Amino acid sequence: MLRIKNVESGYGRLKVLKKVSMHIGTGEIVTIIGANGAGKTSLLRTVSGLIPARSGEILFDAKEIGKMPPEKIVFLGCSLVPEGRQLFAPMTVKENILLGAYPQYRQKRGDRVRDDLERVYGLFPRLRERERQLAGTLSGGEQQMLAIARALMARPKLIMMDEPSMGLAPLVIRDIFTIVTRLREEGNTVLLVEQNAKAALAIADRGYVLETGRIIMEGTAEDLLSNREVQRAYLGRDLDSEGTM
Amino acid sequence: MYWEPDKECMDREELEQLQLERFQSTLNRVYAHVPFYRKKFDALGIAPEEIGSLSDLARLPFTTKEDVRGNYPYGLFAVPLREVVRIHASSGTTETSSVVGYTRNDIAMWSKLVARVLVAGGVTKDDVVQVSFRYGLFTGGFGLHYGAERLGASVIPASSGNTVRQIQIMKDFKTTALVSTPSYAMLVADTIREMGIPVSALSLKYGLFGGEPWSEKMRQEIQDALGIVATDNYGLSEVIGPGVSGECIERNGLHINEDHFLVEVIDPKTLQPVPPGRTGELVITTLTKEAFPMVRYRTRDLTSLHAGDCPCGRTGRRMSRLAGRTDEMLIIRGMKVSPSKIESLLFEIEGKEPNYRIVIDRKGAMDEVTVLVDANGEPSFGEERRHVGKTVETIRKRLTHELGVAVDVKLVESKTLETADGKPRRVIDHRKL
Repeated sequence: MLRIKNVESGYGRLKVLKKVSMHIGTGEIVTIIGANGAGKTSLLRTVSGLIPARSGEILFDAKEIGKMPPEKIVFLGCSLVPEGRQLFAPMTVKENILLGAYPQYRQKRGDRVRDDLERVYGLFPRLRERERQLAGTLSGGEQQMLAIARALMARPKLIMMDEPSMGLAPLVIRDIFTIVTRLREEGNTVLLVEQNAKAALAIADRGYVLETGRIIMEGTAEDLLSNREVQRAYLGRDLDSEGTM
Repeated sequence: MYWEPDKECMDREELEQLQLERFQSTLNRVYAHVPFYRKKFDALGIAPEEIGSLSDLARLPFTTKEDVRGNYPYGLFAVPLREVVRIHASSGTTETSSVVGYTRNDIAMWSKLVARVLVAGGVTKDDVVQVSFRYGLFTGGFGLHYGAERLGASVIPASSGNTVRQIQIMKDFKTTALVSTPSYAMLVADTIREMGIPVSALSLKYGLFGGEPWSEKMRQEIQDALGIVATDNYGLSEVIGPGVSGECIERNGLHINEDHFLVEVIDPKTLQPVPPGRTGELVITTLTKEAFPMVRYRTRDLTSLHAGDCPCGRTGRRMSRLAGRTDEMLIIRGMKVSPSKIESLLFEIEGKEPNYRIVIDRKGAMDEVTVLVDANGEPSFGEERRHVGKTVETIRKRLTHELGVAVDVKLVESKTLETADGKPRRVIDHRKL
């Protein structure tokens, strides 16, 4: 579905991503874990076209999207749920969701929108209950659901999520991750960027570890969970105190 | 039958993407964690982030057996020792062996790869697998053992030796698959014949053999004598142990586990790649190993690469069965023995340049090594003989101990070692491989 080869990008003179290569197969949940500043968000922003790739290739469904503007990438079926939700606080829940349907209208498929809205409400009954409420008044978890719902309105084949668990209580995080697994069951492909590596690896099929802009490891979620370096650096296990008397 | 069909029958383009990802992450890791590689890369002015394609592999430096020895014991490990759950070592004496480590993930990955090789060779979870490789530092025994367990077969850790008892076990436990060196399989075949046991009394169906080169003729003999399908598999401890590649029951080349190893075949003299199908030295780069990653390891094994259009459906490239070695290493009962090591040991014992000859025979199925040493006028009769006997015993013990392979030693007169052209012949290999 997505195939990235030797992608480099950054901001100004700062090179953040250094020859990053990765891929996601159809129907997979793949996670990218890494510390703050490792380049996880930059990678998603590069794939979405928000920052240009300086070199390398990004193939989405075998089409090169490295030089495309963000809206065209969304049209092709690759949507981003950005870090920090980025909702329009003074607008209602429903209005926010409908904003996500913009590509449908643009492509003269406005007739689909009503069905899509129903589908999204089916996934997030809470949003239906609050459809007239202003987005800014929602709880953190609800806002995250709204951000996901908005992205789904574009009918993406690949949905990329940037830190969906950020700032949420553990129980709410569980809800969000349950939704991610459900999205996959419904045929979506998910690229998940997370600092909460444990939660992400628990639902992912595979993962990549990003460190200072370089991929240092690729493996099944199971392999990464049992890798001691990952455990120490990203899962918060204190290995030094284990097995000592 | 496949163990991991999505990997073993992977589309070539997908495979190359995965290889590139893993290759780049391996380089990032070795550069960060193994000073040996960092220094070598720096000296050549190569940064890992310049590597953008599989063909860039050719820009990287080779790693040799000497490099591994030079970093004895843990210098090439890429993780701290506390993350290592297993240590193996290649044949040889302590300082000359390659010490290799495995993390928990490495062991899991290794087991999977061996399971693939076993499945390709016909083994299923319903089989009773007798592992007659030596258990210990040598990777053969444990490698096959864990792979067969992973597969879910019933594993008999018979180890090597005590052939009569092994055959008894084979008969009573209804062993269906024998895993060993091919020469051990020959020994089993001979012993069964001597014991008067008909092959029909055994339940053997498959034999998976590796650890030493063996000929098609030998395969035929083993298959006929034991009534089995005999397949060849390949690996070496510096890379992982068994599990690098293995034949399927088509028996037309060893399928390489290319999602875990990048392979090249080079001309050992020019160090340039040879065209597909041509024989050269096999060079391997690991793609997923954590504790002991390897970049462009020169195996010294001669083989050739072939495209993966095998009727079995596996898409990985195949390597031909080993065509020998680039160095002078002798493979004795699956162990690598260096004639120069023998020479330097004799030099140590005698205190002067030794005059000697190494003779290898295959008696029945077992390799026998005899080292003929110039008696240098030592009396061979009378009172002094006791002393001579002691000398022989000293040499024999020392060589056997240091080489890890039993050798016989004979003192001979100088003229026995003479040759027609005056050039010493140090090694005579009578084995028909």
